[in-house]
Parts: sequence; structure tokens; C-alpha cells
Amino acid sequence: MSAKIIVCRCEDVTLSDIERTHALGYTHLEEVKRYTGLGTGPCQGRECMVHAAILCAHASKIPVDKVRPFTARPPLQPVSLAILAGEDE
Amino acid sequence: MKSECDIAIIGGGIMGLSMAYQLSRAGVTNVVVLERGYMAEGASGRNGGGVRMQWSSESNVLLMRESIDLMRHFAQEIGVNVWLRQGGYLFLARSEAEREKMETNVALQNRCDVPTRMLSPEEARAIVPELDLSGIVCASYNPKDGTVFPWPFLWGYAHQAMARGVEVRLHTGVDAIEPSADGYLLATSKRETGERDTLRAKRVVNAAGSWSPEVARLVGLELPNRPHRHEILSTEPLKPFLAPMVSLLSSGLYFSQSMRGEIVTGISLEDHDDGSVKLGSRLGFLTKIARELTQLVPRFAELEVLRQWAGPYDVTPDGQPILGEPLPGFFLCCGFVGHGFMMAPVIGKRYAEWLSGKKKDPIFDRFTLDRFKSGKLEPEEMILG
Repeated sequence: MSAKIIVCRCEDVTLSDIERTHALGYTHLEEVKRYTGLGTGPCQGRECMVHAAILCAHASKIPVDKVRPFTARPPLQPVSLAILAGEDE
Repeated sequence: MKSECDIAIIGGGIMGLSMAYQLSRAGVTNVVVLERGYMAEGASGRNGGGVRMQWSSESNVLLMRESIDLMRHFAQEIGVNVWLRQGGYLFLARSEAEREKMETNVALQNRCDVPTRMLSPEEARAIVPELDLSGIVCASYNPKDGTVFPWPFLWGYAHQAMARGVEVRLHTGVDAIEPSADGYLLATSKRETGERDTLRAKRVVNAAGSWSPEVARLVGLELPNRPHRHEILSTEPLKPFLAPMVSLLSSGLYFSQSMRGEIVTGISLEDHDDGSVKLGSRLGFLTKIARELTQLVPRFAELEVLRQWAGPYDVTPDGQPILGEPLPGFFLCCGFVGHGFMMAPVIGKRYAEWLSGKKKDPIFDRFTLDRFKSGKLEPEEMILG
């Protein structure tokens, strides 16, 4: 069942992918991000991070508010190189 | 959990894990790797994954040739796909001075059996038709250079080493190192809970990358390496079209296409050096690289940037690593100046051969901490960023 539940829609990371990562001992959100690629697609974790954080909290038996979010990476939204290069002012 | 071990490796990045893996293969398994953060938190998890044999010093050409050869067998050996793709490295020169250096380096690489060749701008365009080569005088190209996906490397080494009995202790920092009758006594603490512990080790290896000067200070050693922030960005994925890593020597710009389709790109950028590791992202990096990259590849103009991040280069005065045993039983494996990831397979192997008593490679006598005092340097010049 968990193989069919998608947690990260950008990168197709399933619940069972995350369970497998936790079983290896990687229960930190940053570790889950790296092991599964979760949160590295176009939405940069906006949709999946909260779900993943709850799963990590369960796995390491800590309250959800003690789970640190993974580092937010600029830009906030995808920006074209032309705009960044100043060609489109 | 071990309370005593033969070798404690400080730093669970690619260097420490490669060494731990090779030690375990040589039968030395009473080893503990101590990593202060999570796996892949440091430079090993933040680099662009380039692997190349095009260098300006003979030692680097030969070491990297062997390293890439080791990577080719990595999937079978370790059972992890590191997505090695040998699409080549294409270096572009803009001036006659750069051409001269390039020709010297290519001749050196050829003497080391590396098939790099000089190309005209037209020949370079035949490999990457999207390039705007105005102002480019020539190029060098080695089809055997390539790229990897860095993260699986770490898990592959770690899991194989652990299966043989090595302990990898994550989230565990080293606070003090005291010499003792039979080696060293390490005081450790868990990063999040602060929980303290001790570990006895007959020998200690400092493989802490940009954090290695801090670790060395615990035994009273001053190292000359300094951390330098190097930034990278990654774009939306494109259908695979780009075989080589392309690099412009004049600005240190480089870009490649990952196996996920993203363009991964970085560039040289000055930073304020206060000796601390800085990993913040800067807008100045985005604007500078966007200008350089869209000039070289006009078709990238509409390409969207998804994210940027930074990693620390562990920079030495001559661009070469710091190895060897400056104190009895205390070893250095640091100062890899942004190319430690690609060097780790071969360096880990050589270190394991030495520490397991098989043989000591001459690199351990050549790239010592002492050389900065004696002045016997052989600088590496082909450093990007």
C-alpha cells in the first residue's frame, strides 16, 4: 500500500521510500531529502515537507515541532536566467 | 557501540568513508567514523559531481586517472548506482596565455596516458552546438572525464564499511583529543542532545574537510587551509542533450547536465575570508553566473533556476592536499580544494594501504604539513572556483 502513496509529487517519492530510509537510520529530514530526492523538484518541498516532517517525527519519536525543516533554497520561485542576467528589465 | 578502536576517523564525508571502506576491505574493521552532522552535510553532499583527469600537476593527473577507473567499477563493487557518465570535460580558453598553459597541460596529460586533445573552436562547437564561441581561441577535451551523482557514493561506502564491522557515528562531534599511553582519548558529544561520551583510539585521522583546522587545534596543530564558499545552482530539468562538462577558464564558469536532466553550474566568486565556514546563498552569485552562462549558451536564457546552494572548498596555499602523520598516531587527510570528492576513491585506497601496514605511497611524504615551512611546493593551477 505505502508503495502507492506519493509523498513528494515532483520527484515521485513514495511513503515506502521514506519508510525504507528511516529503517536505515536516516530519520532527519535533511537525510530523507538526500536519500530520496524529496523536496528537490519544482516546488522545492512546499507541498511535501510537512508530510515528511510528520513521518520523521514518528520515526524518531519526537514532537513534530522539534523537527527542523530542511534549508530553504533561493529563489523562492523558479526564475529564468534571462531575468537574473538583467536582460529582461 | 565501541568504546575503543584501532582507528578513529573524524569526518564522515567522502574521504573518511572511502578510507573506512578500504580499511574494512583490508581487514581493519575496528574503526569508528565520527561525523558531527548528518551524512552528506558538508562539501561531499554539496559538490557538482565533476570528475576529471585534466590537471596541471602530474600527481593529480595520475591520481585522478586511477580514481575515475575505480569509480567505473563502483556499481558492481558497492552495489550502488553512482550514475557515472563519462561525457568528457571541455575546457575553453579565451586568451593566448590560456592557450599556452592549456597546451602544456595537455602534453603532460598525454604523457600520463590521458587522451586529452586540443580542439579548435569549430571542433568544440561540434561537441556542444549550443555554444556561442565568440572570443574563444581553443579548447581542450578529454572524453574520459565525466560526472557522478555524489550522494550515493557516501551511502555506498558507509553501508559497505558498516557491513564489515566499521561503526559510523552520525550527529557526533569531537570536543577534545587527549594523548594517552596507547594513542588518544576522544571526548565526543551528540549534536542535538549534548549527550557526552568518550572513545579510545590507537590512531586518529583528521578528515574533517573545511572543519579540519578546528579538529587539528584540539591536538595543538595549526593548519594553513582556509574555507572558501563555493556556490552552485541547479535548473529545471531538460531532455538530455549535453554530453560533457563545459568550463570557461577565464571566469571559472562550468556547467553540466545531471542524469536527472538539470543543468548544474557554478563559477568563481570572491568571498570575504574570516576563517569561518559560510554556506549562505547570495544573489550576486545568481546574477554573475546568469550573465556568463547566457553569454556562452544564449539558448539557456529562458531556462529557469530552481535552487542554489553553497559548499565549502577546503583551500590550501598551493592547491594540494595535506596528508601524512604530523604527530605520532595523528594523521591528516584534508585540504582538497574543491576536488576532494573525485580524489576520494584513490586517496582512501592509498591511506588504507598505509594504515593497514601494506605500503606507504610517496604522496604521504610529499604532501605533508611540513612542506609549507620548507617551501617545497608544486602548485596545482587547474582549480575552478
